[in-house]
Amino acid sequence: MITLEHVSKTYSTGAPALNDVSLHIEPGEFVFIVGDSGSGKSTLIKLLLRELMPTSGSITVNGINVAALKHREIPMYRRKLGVVFQDFRLLKDRNVYENVAFAQRIIQTPGREIKKNVPSILSTVGLAGKYKARPKQLSGGEQQRVALARALVNNPPILLADEPTGNLDPNNSWEIMKLFEEINEAGTTVVVVTHNREIVNAMRKRVIAMNKGVIVSDQKEGTYVDEI
Amino acid sequence: MKFSTFFYTLKQGFVSIFRNKWYSLASVATISACLLLFGVFYSVVANFQYIVKMAQEGVSVTVFFDEGLSDDRIAEIGDIITKRPEVARINFVSADEAWESFKDEYLGEYADGFGDDNPIADSANYEVYLKDVSKQEELVKYLKGVDGVREVNHSDITANTLSGMNKLISYVSLAVIGILLAVSIFLISNTVTIGISVRKEEINIMKYIGATDFFVRAPFVFEGILIGIIGCLPPLVAIYFVYQHVIDYLSTRFTMLSQLLKFLTVSQIFQVLLPVSLAIGIGIGFIGSFSTVRKHIRV
Repeated sequence: MITLEHVSKTYSTGAPALNDVSLHIEPGEFVFIVGDSGSGKSTLIKLLLRELMPTSGSITVNGINVAALKHREIPMYRRKLGVVFQDFRLLKDRNVYENVAFAQRIIQTPGREIKKNVPSILSTVGLAGKYKARPKQLSGGEQQRVALARALVNNPPILLADEPTGNLDPNNSWEIMKLFEEINEAGTTVVVVTHNREIVNAMRKRVIAMNKGVIVSDQKEGTYVDEI
Repeated sequence: MKFSTFFYTLKQGFVSIFRNKWYSLASVATISACLLLFGVFYSVVANFQYIVKMAQEGVSVTVFFDEGLSDDRIAEIGDIITKRPEVARINFVSADEAWESFKDEYLGEYADGFGDDNPIADSANYEVYLKDVSKQEELVKYLKGVDGVREVNHSDITANTLSGMNKLISYVSLAVIGILLAVSIFLISNTVTIGISVRKEEINIMKYIGATDFFVRAPFVFEGILIGIIGCLPPLVAIYFVYQHVIDYLSTRFTMLSQLLKFLTVSQIFQVLLPVSLAIGIGIGFIGSFSTVRKHIRV
């Protein structure tokens, strides 16, 4: 489902972010990518989103050679990925319903289906009663649920999450991670970049640890690995 | 594009104007200010050109014929002159009409001494009015070569002065319009820069979740066009109501001026000002929004 082969990324400043990274993630896997700041985790997510191009190596997602995508093909590619960010990235001037519906509108889902799908996914993430609220009227945990609903409403086969609990308290963090687990159990491949040691250690999923742009360990049912 | 997407795009454009009301207001004010300057300048220049044109239409070349030339040949010469592209119209003045006019103008009661004699019996002529006085020299040269033409009277000074004035107005217009456009672009780019911070995040989010460039761009561009149209209205309304007052004021305050000069009416001014202002407003709105989104769309 996701394959990186000898991927390196060096920024225009000359700073290396990834150095000869290779990994493979199977469909339906739940993977944590851990590491300190500057380890290359976020660069990896940006490469998967095709926000960045690798300096060398190849990236294949859903059978697509990501580096070979033309600019006009990127939106179609991204529609196959659900994405959740640390800072939620919600459209602040639209309510919960509109934020989620937006993801459906861009793929030109008929209005009737949007009216059916959005309440359904909001109910899955526990926000059925708050569809009229604006993001600023919601707690951090609730905003992240909206972001998750938006990421999932188009049924993507892969969910990428970049520090999804970074701005949340422990309770909300757990709630979000439980939702991720449920989504994974339903068949979605989940890749979570995180710093959250407790969650990683408790969930016992595959853990890929990175340091200074290199994969330093890859454990099944693993735990958080400190800097090596 | 589906109908629902099209209407969603339109709706988002409308909603976005109200959502970012301060940005919209600043954009509308900028476009209005530029178009007001343009409208005022155009009204002044159009009137200058109209006045010069009126003066030009009064400038004529007089063509006299050889003594004893037959009426048929005179008529032929009339045809030849009328066919010239630079000629607007011609007017035949018979020798008797020329003498009557001369008497009235210069002799008054002293003309009685001439009785029924016409001392300028060979002064039948064509008054030739030009479409463009700058072509006068060319026409005079041609007319002098026509068989049967004795003399061609013309005033180089009048023609050159009017022609020069016309050129001067054209150059000044071009320069001022150039300066106005440069100022407009400067003001618009500043306003757009202010708007970027609001839009950048929104555009990024849309792109991350898979929106195409068109889907992201369309509501912004529609919004820009709408702002352009709204921005056109205040200057057009202001000019419509103020223009007539100014013309009335000039006519009553400076009576001599109104006897000498004729000004354009509001409807004549608006025949050009309305479509041009709309085109500029929509153009500025379109280009401003299109280029703003373009800067951030490659995420």
